[in-house]
Amino acid sequence: MIAFLQNLVDAVSLGSLYALAALGIGLLFGILRLINFAHGDFITVGAYALIVPSTDAVARMFVGDFNVVALTLTVVAVVVVLALASDRILFRHLRRANPASLMIASFSFGYVIQNLLLMIYGGRPKAVGLWSQLNATIEIGALRVPLLQLIIIGVTLLLLLGLTLFMNYTRYGIQMRAASEDFVMARYLGIRADFVIGIAFAISGSLAALVSLLFVTQTGVLSPQLGMSVMIFAFVATVIGGMGSLIGAVIGGFVVGIVSAMLQAYLPADIRPFRDAFVFIIVILILLVRPSGIVRVKALTERV
Amino acid sequence: MTNTKADPTVTVRAFWPPIGLSLLILAIAVVTYASGQDGLAETITEMLIRVVVVVGMYVFIGNSGILSFGHIGFMAVGAYASAWLTCCTLPMLKPLYLPGLPEYLQSTSQPFLVGVAGGAVLPALTALVVGIPLMRLKGINASIATFALLAIIYTVYGNWDSVTAGTSSIANIPVVVSPWVAAIFSMAAIWIAFVYQTSKYGLMLRASRDDEVAATASGVAPVRLKLGAFVLSAAMVGVGGVLHANFLGILTVDAFYLTVTFLTLAMLIIGGVGSLSGAVIGVLFVTLIVEVLRGFESGVMVGGAVVQLPGGLQEVGLGVIMILILVLRPSGLTRSREISWPFGK
Repeated sequence: MIAFLQNLVDAVSLGSLYALAALGIGLLFGILRLINFAHGDFITVGAYALIVPSTDAVARMFVGDFNVVALTLTVVAVVVVLALASDRILFRHLRRANPASLMIASFSFGYVIQNLLLMIYGGRPKAVGLWSQLNATIEIGALRVPLLQLIIIGVTLLLLLGLTLFMNYTRYGIQMRAASEDFVMARYLGIRADFVIGIAFAISGSLAALVSLLFVTQTGVLSPQLGMSVMIFAFVATVIGGMGSLIGAVIGGFVVGIVSAMLQAYLPADIRPFRDAFVFIIVILILLVRPSGIVRVKALTERV
Repeated sequence: MTNTKADPTVTVRAFWPPIGLSLLILAIAVVTYASGQDGLAETITEMLIRVVVVVGMYVFIGNSGILSFGHIGFMAVGAYASAWLTCCTLPMLKPLYLPGLPEYLQSTSQPFLVGVAGGAVLPALTALVVGIPLMRLKGINASIATFALLAIIYTVYGNWDSVTAGTSSIANIPVVVSPWVAAIFSMAAIWIAFVYQTSKYGLMLRASRDDEVAATASGVAPVRLKLGAFVLSAAMVGVGGVLHANFLGILTVDAFYLTVTFLTLAMLIIGGVGSLSGAVIGVLFVTLIVEVLRGFESGVMVGGAVVQLPGGLQEVGLGVIMILILVLRPSGLTRSREISWPFGK
């Protein structure tokens, strides 16, 4: 029982990370029909922001030595600027493109970012100790839980609550929901398209920044591919959750995280290396059983 | 078009896209041969193998309109099928590399063409089995499912050590693919793709791509057609994998994942995803860009001074050019049309 609970905490904290990343992707998809492959690279940039301006082989913190608030704000600011810039220089010119071209464009943008990081910092992973005191474990009864995992879960819940309030009770949140419901109609009713899209990119960027902080604290390693692995699962999570639905993205994130952590814990050792194959088989099964995702979005159901 | 009866060039015109493209490939092969440079021959061979792969991907993606991320997985299946059949130049190494293979495969080294057959059939069967459920999915869901397929194939081949040597590599595969061999296979791929897309199946599939409801109402069965195209294109991409294996002589699973998927999709989309000419021209164009950038990375003489650009620029440059083309010419260099007859109307 204790072992199961321990695995469950693992699973939920992994699910939280995926949910946050999936939310960042889902927000943009709802409004722009953009599956932002560069989201993973936004996460990577957030992580590398910690060691700017040092490019030494051994990572030296600069931003990473700020106090918690300043550090978080700086990293969030860096990624938000990047996200807004990606809209300004790229996605704004592709408003009428079909989703496939958009997806490839975002993939290309991410490819450029990834290779720029590779040019600047080299491909070798760097060890960084961010907030290492959070890796301590605390005991709740017989349960030993890493503090960080509880923080990840807590931060995620807070962010989800904040975002829900924002979406439901502020003017801009309501405008965003309107835009993702029916973008053309929303524009007729006087919603400024580029402004709403800008907000979406800013929120998506902030989420990416927070994911990178949580992720780096947990793994303690920087590499140019860091965001890629999170992105792949988050991307899948967005789809099985129901494209265009924010709640769906969150649920999808938790499903993917929990499934992969549980498989990791309970698959027999000799087939454990094949874990990802099982995860993706489950993904395909979910797609087959519920093509419109766990949470179905009416605006996206194609009508004849 | 009224006086076509008297015009002897009419057949040539109707078949101009594959004829023109084949002539182009042939010209490239001849120039490569005439130059006698080994480095160039390698680059060109690699490019022609990419033509096979990208044209194979086009057969499905171009005709069905579904962006597939999974085809590089079929390339891996084809490549390893060929390795199982044709490895090794030193036969006693085979049981060491691949102890999990069945007895009769361990003890033989089949000729290249058997490898080609195996590398076409195994991916085709895989595509058939996977395609039966997957082809019912539409649009973005189908793309995600193919992505999942890529990840599954990558994970399985990457960890199934006894038959794929896992993340290390299989060496000693016979090297038989020269620029000529690659040219022949790429021309064959072009013709197969052309015959398919002008056949009734190809036309029906393209109709359902453009308007699924109208096509279905006219008696087209999109799911079955998509499955057919999926199987055919998997076989073609699989043969591309065979050429890859028997060109390099060494196989690693890492060669068949996201980077190549991105690169080949980039080629297809830069060229123009809706036309066969687009697939071929995309490969040629991207290879040219990559080679030019690679040249700059290793230093080029410009007006007496050596200009050398920093390493890694190749990838960054490719990404930037890709983005520019998507923004400036969203339907690709060919605007997704076939190359037209160059000699008057």
